Amino acid sequence: MLLGEIFQVALQAIRANKLRSFLTMLGIIIGVGAVITMVALGSGAQKAVQARLEALGPTLLSIYPGQSFRGGIAIDFGQRVSLTVDDADSLAAYARHVKAVVPELTRNQQIKRGGTNANVNIVGTTPNYPAVKNFTVTAGRMFTAGEDEGRRRLAVLGSAIPDMFNANPAGMIGQEIQIRGIPFEIIGVLSSKGSAAGFGNPDEQILIPLQTARYRIMGTDRLRTITVDAASVSQMTLTMIEIERVLRREHKIRPGGENDFQIRNQSDILATFQDTAKTFTYLLAGIATVSLIVGGIGIMNIMLVSVTERTREIGVRKALGATRFNILFQFLVEALVLCLAGGVIGILLGSFGAVALSRLAHWNTSINLLAIVVAFFFSALVGLFFGIWPARRAAALDPIVALRYE
Amino acid sequence: MTAAQAMSFHTGDVPTPDIVILTHHLTREYQMGAEVVHALRGVDIQIKKNEFVAVMGPSGSGKSTLMNLIGCLDTPTNGEYWLNSQKVSDLSDDELARIRNKEIGFVFQTFNLLPRADALHNVELPLIYAGIGAKDRRDRAARSLQQVGLGDRMDHRPNELSGGQRQRVAIARALVNQPSILLADEPTGNLDSATGSEIMALFHELHDTGQTIVLVTHEHDIAAHARRQIHLLDGKLERDERTEATT
Ligand SMILES: Nc1ncnc2c1ncn2[C@@H]1O[C@H](COP(=O)(O)OP(=O)(O)OP(=O)(O)O)[C@@H](O)[C@H]1O
Ligand SMILES: [Mg+2]
Repeated sequence: MLLGEIFQVALQAIRANKLRSFLTMLGIIIGVGAVITMVALGSGAQKAVQARLEALGPTLLSIYPGQSFRGGIAIDFGQRVSLTVDDADSLAAYARHVKAVVPELTRNQQIKRGGTNANVNIVGTTPNYPAVKNFTVTAGRMFTAGEDEGRRRLAVLGSAIPDMFNANPAGMIGQEIQIRGIPFEIIGVLSSKGSAAGFGNPDEQILIPLQTARYRIMGTDRLRTITVDAASVSQMTLTMIEIERVLRREHKIRPGGENDFQIRNQSDILATFQDTAKTFTYLLAGIATVSLIVGGIGIMNIMLVSVTERTREIGVRKALGATRFNILFQFLVEALVLCLAGGVIGILLGSFGAVALSRLAHWNTSINLLAIVVAFFFSALVGLFFGIWPARRAAALDPIVALRYE
Repeated sequence: MTAAQAMSFHTGDVPTPDIVILTHHLTREYQMGAEVVHALRGVDIQIKKNEFVAVMGPSGSGKSTLMNLIGCLDTPTNGEYWLNSQKVSDLSDDELARIRNKEIGFVFQTFNLLPRADALHNVELPLIYAGIGAKDRRDRAARSLQQVGLGDRMDHRPNELSGGQRQRVAIARALVNQPSILLADEPTGNLDSATGSEIMALFHELHDTGQTIVLVTHEHDIAAHARRQIHLLDGKLERDERTEATT
């Protein structure tokens, strides 16, 4: 039997019951569409994280306070579990493989300008912050070491801040902004990192001198993090060992005692994120499998109805010389066409959903080609798997019984 | 009227080439729960090329059962069936499908056309399963429809045709693959007598062009068209007689 005829018959049968065919496909459409959108969201987030890490440069290390609690809960023995400004100073003074040390004294604070309020991260830091963290100052300037020492009330804005007050960056230079009710002079605006909106966005922060933050705003010297720029990529491990040695001495940790800080390089952070991403992927695969099975059962159900409805047609075709295989193939193609059409519509809708999310909600999405290919083959597989049984039933019909069917 | 003289045939023999259909002790039983229905109890028939045979008998005598066996739609419980010197009774499913496609044209009482396909496509069906290309297929189907006088109704669907026209489409479909036998199970059963006569006239024409025809009917005036009448009774051959043509 010619392939063209088989496809024609399948399409004809699908078209003859448009609404029913559509409802049947809906299961596959929703399953595939949801998966495509979610995978796009997942890979978008992954790309954003990767881009952010890459923008930092490969020689950067981050030091965080507290024990690493890999595989369990850290127990606080009442030890000092904090990083201080003194720790940062010691690193700068004693660690030889370190090129730059950037302490970050970060708290979320209310800011105010004119009648507008907002809550953003205020980062007390040193003048080398933009250079080490790969920002440029697009308008105005960064504060100097002298101004830091002098505890001056100066502010350098992240690129997203001017937007919050509906002002243009250059126009804000020299103006006043209140941080925790204390007036600061705006002296510069940073370049954009252009990554995801939301929690911890580096474009939505304000830099102020470290000493100003310590004595005038936060009243503490406990840092959220210290960023270290290692002298060379080839000596990262050595640098980490050196940092560990300096900090253990500073914190007076006895040999054999646990570190009360963590040093992480980029690949650690990436690995942590990828662990999360993997869990997310398994979850997605689970949802996809369930929805495709449900969709497939729908297809099988309708194919069984279709075989019953067309029993006489099957009888006629067999009487005219159709072989078992001809009939089997005809119904299999019908199921396959239903599934693939559902899959393609689902792919289109899912991609559309991903684009809409990034346009309207400004979420990072990245449409994953592999996900599309896998979704396509999975819908084909569902068609074959759930179509084979109804098709076999049709093929096994006895011609006379089928012809007599009322 | 003369009794048809069949050559004696024994198990192990091969029929002579001029014999299109040969049945030998053909038996068909149906299992109905615990009971066995003997639809055919050993029927011996020989039909030669270009014969026009009417199968008659009361309701339930086994006419349709015999036709289905001859048409390879069904397989016998016992006995032999030879078609064109080929023993059909022990062929596989796929080989039977091939014979239904190539050797047999079947016309049903209820037409059995595909309702969603137009006349041309209905006639094309046997050619599709014969694997013939689209262009050739359409030409041959159109010629077959012209042969039954429906050249101007090719794009009509069955529900846009009268009963007689539907049966003509079914006949065109049965003939399109140039089968060695044309089988018709009560082809006029669903038609009024005037339309029935037209269909019978068509069968006559086909017989005159050399077609071998086996036809089941209840009605004597229809059977009178045939040159030979086989009477079944209770699953057995009761009479087998030849008559001179009446029209
Ligand atoms: N599928 C079947 N299952 C059980 N019994 C059957 C089946 N088909 C036919 N029979 C029985 O076989 C016998 C012969 O049936 P068949 O249909 O051949 O009769 P017929 O001569 O064609 O009758 P009619 O003139 O009414 O069409 C009947 O007794 C019928 O009940
Ligand atoms: Mg009958």
